[in-house]
Amino acid sequence: MAMLTIAEALREGIREEMMRDPRVFCLGEDIGISGGFGGAFTVTLGLSDQFGHERILDTPISEIGIAGVAIGAAMAGLRPIADVQYGDFLFCMMDQLANQAAKMTYMSGGTVAVPMVMRAPVGSTRRGTQHAQSLEAFFTHVPGLKIVAPSTAYDAKGLLKAAVRDDNPVLIFEHKLLYGSKGARSEKGALSPIGEVPDEDYIVPIGKGIIRREGTDVTIVGKLTTVYMALAAAEELAKSGISAEVIDPRTLVPLDKELILSSVRKTGRLVVVEEDNKTGGWAGDILATVAEEAFFYLDAPVKRISAPDTPPPFAPVMEAYYLPSAEKIIQTVKSLF
Amino acid sequence: MQQIATPVLLDMYRRMLTIRRFEERCNTLFMQGRIPSTLHLYIGQEAVAVGVCANLRLSDYVLGTHRPHGHAIAKGVAIRDIMAELMAKDTGCSRGKAGSMHVGDIRVGMPPAIGIVGGNAPIACGMALAQKRQGRDDVTVCFFGDGAANEGAVHEAMNMASIWALPVIFVCENNLYGASTPYGSVSKLENVADRAVAYGMRGMIADGSDVLAVYEAACDAVSFSRKGNGPVLLECKTYRLCGHSRSDPLTYRTKEEEALWRDKEPIKRLGEWFVAQGLKTTADLAEIEREVGLAIDDAVAFADASPYPLPEDALKHVFYE
Ligand SMILES: Cc1ncc(C[n+]2csc(CCOP(=O)(O)OP(=O)(O)O)c2C)c(N)n1
Ligand SMILES: [Mg+2]
Repeated sequence: MAMLTIAEALREGIREEMMRDPRVFCLGEDIGISGGFGGAFTVTLGLSDQFGHERILDTPISEIGIAGVAIGAAMAGLRPIADVQYGDFLFCMMDQLANQAAKMTYMSGGTVAVPMVMRAPVGSTRRGTQHAQSLEAFFTHVPGLKIVAPSTAYDAKGLLKAAVRDDNPVLIFEHKLLYGSKGARSEKGALSPIGEVPDEDYIVPIGKGIIRREGTDVTIVGKLTTVYMALAAAEELAKSGISAEVIDPRTLVPLDKELILSSVRKTGRLVVVEEDNKTGGWAGDILATVAEEAFFYLDAPVKRISAPDTPPPFAPVMEAYYLPSAEKIIQTVKSLF
Repeated sequence: MQQIATPVLLDMYRRMLTIRRFEERCNTLFMQGRIPSTLHLYIGQEAVAVGVCANLRLSDYVLGTHRPHGHAIAKGVAIRDIMAELMAKDTGCSRGKAGSMHVGDIRVGMPPAIGIVGGNAPIACGMALAQKRQGRDDVTVCFFGDGAANEGAVHEAMNMASIWALPVIFVCENNLYGASTPYGSVSKLENVADRAVAYGMRGMIADGSDVLAVYEAACDAVSFSRKGNGPVLLECKTYRLCGHSRSDPLTYRTKEEEALWRDKEPIKRLGEWFVAQGLKTTADLAEIEREVGLAIDDAVAFADASPYPLPEDALKHVFYE
């Protein structure tokens, strides 16, 4: 057992998969430059010393190329782990991901596999508009992509390994405030959840959620940072006699629907918390699923806490207004009783 | 270079110095926690923005990058408005919505700078298309880096500008690195300008540490485009004398290389040239230095005295009204 940050856990996961399987390689901007950053958030720091620059492949600033090369290499027998420096740049490679990676298997009648991983940091950290978006819902909407969003070091390593071994394109959304990147490249206000990570090989299966805290009165579903907000809110709510169950789906596609439904059947109330903006979002889809499949178990309207439908603003006062928080969760939960 | 009028030369000196001192002050304010987020500073590259923009008029457009303070100051965005934006104030040029990577002011021909590397190049073509259709003899300048040169969007834009003879001057600021990545490792060509041939457009190279050289090259490029001859790719060889962003320990390049470029940095170089030519004395230059310092103090005081936006102002300006 080692105590690792998420950045370290991802790095160890990549290292172990690269040692286990010679087909695995990384590509991205600034990931392996000697004396460089190890990617935007230090995840690949030092890996080029161990594996060389052929397997930690520094690319030009060419997002379409990065995605396309990952897809092609995956189709022809390699296992690429690609990354973007900020999730926002996934928009630059949207055709390759949404039209190509996601549809290749379908277009081939199930004969072509695209076993690639794309890692993308999301979340608002005072960078505003073009370096702060949460893009999960854009991609959960695309059939053919698997999507994971680890919130702990254990899950980060386990899901990364599962993603590398999966025969489909898997997107990993990582939150900038959760990396625990050390030194100059850590973000202000970061949560740095350091967690126990086994030394021996393990995976966290794609498609399996987890109950982070058991409760009986309300189900709160969160992902990435909002899991931590939900846990803080649950702690506070307990003081007012409200017992909240906190669920972290960990995988967004395919969703562990049964875990959420069975929790709601027990508690009768549901609040979903996300950092993305509201319309057409991830939380809304979970509310709809619960309303469709567990309506008669509900004691109160289903609720979501999302950002308003605006770009992420830069100024800290507006950003705080925009983002979800434990306080907003507490207020919303209390309104259900 | 003697034919550049003295007031133009002096204005370029003052603007370069304004950018330098502005950036240095930003760095201090960032260290003090008074500027949130991060900053991509323009220190070392001043001659490029200033030498190019000295050839522009108000109705010409400039599209900036993630490193835009220099572009903005050179095009005439008020430093008060930029500073207020960086300090997340309601009086900032984006009303606190966007921060450092997106400064601009459409009233002086600079839309918000674009933080998506290479994302500004096709937009530059569109603005130039409009200028052309409207029969204006204005031009659009698109600044981009050596790193941005490898974005697909930039290639598409250059080809379109060329086939439609659009009045775009693509100004590549080749500072040898895209973040930590050396230019030589991501291009087989020695010069970004060599690519111009492939698009059938004119390519030029200038010493980006020499504002007079940049001015002359840009003067040629701008008048060429203004006359309806189509786009130009002007590459300026330059260097950033600071980290990529505020979290860059600069461990991927050598101290020797930095020293080499520090020796030929543009502001000292022009100052020495003034004195050597007998156009200005060191006392005159010290006076400019003092005035620039006061202007920056004023910008900081303005930003300091300005209110923050209200939290719910976040909801405003999603749509144009
Ligand atoms: C599409 C996109 N990819 C990556 C980035 C992250 N990024 C910001 S600046 C930068 C380096 C840009 O290099 P260059 O174009 O040479 O400009 P310079 O920073 O040297 O001024 C990178 C990779 C980005 N902002 N946008
Ligand atoms: Mg560069």
